[in-house]
Amino acid sequence: MGKVVLMQGNEACVEGALVAGMRLFAGYPITPSTEIAEISAVRLPQEGGKFIQMEDEIASMACAIGGSVAGVKSMTATSGPGFSLKQENLGYAALAEIPLVVVDVQRMGPSTGMPTSPSQGDMMMARWGTHGDHPVIALCPSSVKETYDLIIRAFNLSERYRTPVLFMMDEIIGHLREGMELPELEEVEVIDRKTVKYPEPKRLPYHIKKGKLVPEMAPFGMGQRYNMTGLIHDESGFPTNSNEEAEKLIDRLMHKVSDNYADIVKCEQVGMDDADVAIFCYGGTMRAASSAMDEARKAGIKCGIFRPITIWPFPEKELLEAAKHVKRIIVAEHNYGQMVLEVERVVKDACRIDFLGRYNGTVITPDDLLAKIREEK
Amino acid sequence: MTVDTGDVSVKTKNMSNLIYKYMRPEHLPQIWCPGCGNGIIMRDIAQAIENLGLSRNSTVIVSGIGCSARAAGYMDFNTIHTTHGRAIAFATGIKLANPSLEVIVVTGDGDISAIGGNHLIHAARRNIGLTVVVMNNNIYGMTGGQYSPTTPTGAFGTTAPYGNLDRSFDIAGLAYGAGASYAARGSAYHVQQTTTLIQEGIKHRGFSIIDVASICPTYYGRKNKKGSAVDMLKWQRDNSVTVDQAAKMSQEELKGKLVIGLLHQVNYPEFTYAYDQLIRRLFEEREENE
Amino acid sequence: MKKVLMINQSWCKGCGICAAFCPKGALEIVDDKVQRKEGTECILCGQCELRCPDYAIYIDENEGDTDQWAKSY
Repeated sequence: MGKVVLMQGNEACVEGALVAGMRLFAGYPITPSTEIAEISAVRLPQEGGKFIQMEDEIASMACAIGGSVAGVKSMTATSGPGFSLKQENLGYAALAEIPLVVVDVQRMGPSTGMPTSPSQGDMMMARWGTHGDHPVIALCPSSVKETYDLIIRAFNLSERYRTPVLFMMDEIIGHLREGMELPELEEVEVIDRKTVKYPEPKRLPYHIKKGKLVPEMAPFGMGQRYNMTGLIHDESGFPTNSNEEAEKLIDRLMHKVSDNYADIVKCEQVGMDDADVAIFCYGGTMRAASSAMDEARKAGIKCGIFRPITIWPFPEKELLEAAKHVKRIIVAEHNYGQMVLEVERVVKDACRIDFLGRYNGTVITPDDLLAKIREEK
Repeated sequence: MTVDTGDVSVKTKNMSNLIYKYMRPEHLPQIWCPGCGNGIIMRDIAQAIENLGLSRNSTVIVSGIGCSARAAGYMDFNTIHTTHGRAIAFATGIKLANPSLEVIVVTGDGDISAIGGNHLIHAARRNIGLTVVVMNNNIYGMTGGQYSPTTPTGAFGTTAPYGNLDRSFDIAGLAYGAGASYAARGSAYHVQQTTTLIQEGIKHRGFSIIDVASICPTYYGRKNKKGSAVDMLKWQRDNSVTVDQAAKMSQEELKGKLVIGLLHQVNYPEFTYAYDQLIRRLFEEREENE
Repeated sequence: MKKVLMINQSWCKGCGICAAFCPKGALEIVDDKVQRKEGTECILCGQCELRCPDYAIYIDENEGDTDQWAKSY
């Protein structure tokens, strides 16, 4: 059994990232993610890595991309206003296929909003925030332990699929302290980047070798000179105005994620075997949902929980299957109604959908959920 | 004639050895307009690299967006064409991740002093070992001739149809004021001097900026009746003074002059070097405690 | 080996910078391309090469297949 420690969610995020191999962090202070920067500043040089506090959120994102281009696993962390600012470079990383992890510890918005209050208001920004069509992988932890484990997975997915991975925490989890058992390091799966091992003449930097998911990446400086750009490019890495090449590239980027749905998409289902009513929730909301489920079951209501761990791509296959076996799904989230749109899109008429949103800076309580469960229309 | 190119691109040699060695001829001629000063400055960079004998494999060219930014695609190094204004921030990540790389940022006046102004002053303050070459043509060329932060007051652009009301930035002076440990100014006309200034900037350990007056005959030249590319280069030739000469001139005499040369050089610890020292110190302390 | 002036007309955009700064007046632009001017002398100073934005004119070693002053592609 591993060592049991008391940790804060933001701290678990850094410690997990270090285990995953993060050796560069670029950030900017913003509540409620600041501890991630602070702890990175302490821990990274101890591990031979680098921390840098950049001049703004945009620069932090750009710097983390630069670190990854030079071959070092990199991360940045922020909250709503900063996440807005990072969007342009997020699109750059998606198009140029640069692995990195972007953490968003969500707080209430819009604008400066309520900086210390929890929210899940950035879920759609995670999907649609940057311009143009692009693939997205976003994960959502619901406990300190899961933050630790899932940030490792975030790095692994970003390296395997050569794409930025969004780590959508919320203030509840970021500032939560709870006991957790550290894993034995040898049991942790860490995926390293498939890199070009030696320079190859005439190598096309965005050519995918047979049987590979993505083009192997050559870190700058290893001898494989090539060009990277945020312009639509062909396999050579140089800009092209060819409409065929443009379509081919966008298709390939979208498919590298959608074709690997089974590997990327994970969700948790609790008590769903016999449930009549399901609570759909993610992130910090899970904690109230667990209590509400227990209370409801004590009261004789067959309640279950459906919780996406991967929120993008949306776990639509699992949800649709689950929806066929329940009468009702209650979508509980800390916003005015974001993921409920996805639930409606997927579930359609398979069962009734109710919504419980919270957008005033407080959290959804078990009692709120119980009341909703008991609500008869 | 054999030139050691080492690899990758197939080159037909109908160009000088310098271009053959440091450019990607399959992408030449550039998209820049006839008479654009950027091509001259890009050659200066290649010449400076040749003079220093830098390895192409361990040299990185980072660019932002705009006319200047296209330089990255033409140069046969590790090249990255990033987002508008952010070249220095990307370059910071590359240099921090691998300080052994020689990282050169090629940028323009709009890219570096408008949208990217914040990154410029903070990289200068941080004294991170980047070399920034500014192709300063006083206009936004790629979008068709809007005024930029270095467009002189009163000059015209498509967004300054009645003459520019803004005052203009002195980019080298701005960087110097922000703490750049090497700041210089060159021009498209002064090829050899500019090449030397870039060369010394690359050699300098710390943040270096070489603000090079480019020429944009297509937009700035036409809008402001500056004549042809030739006329614009002649203007640079006839209106430049050296730093030494400028020191003896009054503010009045310096009006409308281009001051060329090394403006400022001082030695501070370079950022990534200081960070490596920190890592070493922490490792040593830990060893002592064990 | 003897040096020669080389012109790559396919890269030339006809801006005229090389001709304007040639100290011997040995270059001219005809139909938007640079060429050697009849009856003038090239002293191989390389001023044209330094300022050609398009790398279309340069001094190189004569590879022996010609003894012309200027080779045009």
